[in-house]
Amino acid sequence: MGEMEQLRKEAESLKDQITAARKAVQDSTLQEAAAGITVVGRIQMKTRKTLRGHLAKIYAMHWSTDSKLCVSASQDGKLIVWDSVTTNKVNAIPLKSSWVMTCAYAPSGNLVACGGLDNMCSIYNLKGKDGNVKVMRELAAHTGYLSCCRFISDTEIITSSGDCTCILWDIETGTQKTVFAGHQGDCMSLAVAPDFKFFISGACDFTAKLWDIREGTCRQTFGGHESDVNAIGFFPNGNAVITGSDDATCKLFDLRADQELITYQDSSIMCGVTSLAPSMSGRLLLAGYDDFNVNIWDMLKAERVGKYMWKLYIPLENGRKVDPAEDSEGSSRVAVGTEH
Amino acid sequence: FKHSCLKVEMSSKTLSSGSIAQARRTVQQLRREARIERIKVSKASSDLMRYCGEHAKNDPLLMGIPTSENPFKDKKPCTVL
Repeated sequence: MGEMEQLRKEAESLKDQITAARKAVQDSTLQEAAAGITVVGRIQMKTRKTLRGHLAKIYAMHWSTDSKLCVSASQDGKLIVWDSVTTNKVNAIPLKSSWVMTCAYAPSGNLVACGGLDNMCSIYNLKGKDGNVKVMRELAAHTGYLSCCRFISDTEIITSSGDCTCILWDIETGTQKTVFAGHQGDCMSLAVAPDFKFFISGACDFTAKLWDIREGTCRQTFGGHESDVNAIGFFPNGNAVITGSDDATCKLFDLRADQELITYQDSSIMCGVTSLAPSMSGRLLLAGYDDFNVNIWDMLKAERVGKYMWKLYIPLENGRKVDPAEDSEGSSRVAVGTEH
Repeated sequence: FKHSCLKVEMSSKTLSSGSIAQARRTVQQLRREARIERIKVSKASSDLMRYCGEHAKNDPLLMGIPTSENPFKDKKPCTVL
């Protein structure tokens, strides 16, 4: 038997082992465990603020850790930092490349980052001495578009790319510290664990992967989706992962049980999930869809308990799209970015 | 539409079409994933439920926010007499 054939057999055997090991701990289901609790009451959401200023499609937004400021990126070529309470624009940063697809706010509040079809992640210092916001670093190495970026600190950032890899960068030197390779399709989004030791990525190979940041290895791979995984997030305590896919479902994967616990789906929902965020307690899941809606799910009962429809509030024109919905930590604020 | 023109067609990077080095890496990765410790689903579920229960009172979407504490809600202006 040639080595190739041997390796193929070993791979198949290992896959079977993983399937068996997952089944061996399946003594129950989340559905059964949650049978005794009641579904949460209907959640009504009210638009409190509309942040106006972008002139083209908003592709991404990210809250600051203070839950008041947020940054949004639009294909009008601008990064805008908003005070969500006053709706004032704190900064309007012109970008070299208008084909931006993602943006991020550093936990410190000092930096923001963005990137897109330029294949680069550009870091901006908001707290420069002369008050002007300038490009601090341009992180270039990806051979595909930048789909997502998230700061670990002011000196480290993780990016995900259409080149199927994620990279951990040293911002000060502008160099790659670690390349996380393994996905077999474009990486679409990433999320960092609350303890900053791990991160998860969702990709067009229909899987989500859990990566050990310091070791540079993939610890676990979660399959089950039937199409691209566009959105990903951690359950608040870091023990579970939520994914959103073009297959119109969201899934909850438990990291310690190493498997899917539940799927959030409804026969009336036929369009892809573009973004998601859990509420503070983890009980609710807010998910943004391609049909301009945000559906609110009871995460334990897998039932829809609310819906936020843009159509009710803003007249739509052809081609409008609801982009990221994100619930900031420590608050009830949900920001929905659109083309409007 | 969602960047369909940008997404790489999922190539069938199965062992049969990849190189030996790629196949070795795949096996090494699968070994890594196979050997992790797993807890029972019943424990995983009850831990998640417990977390939700313990933090429900701090979840504004579940509990609502009193107007006085909601920075987004327009409050009635005060007049100084």
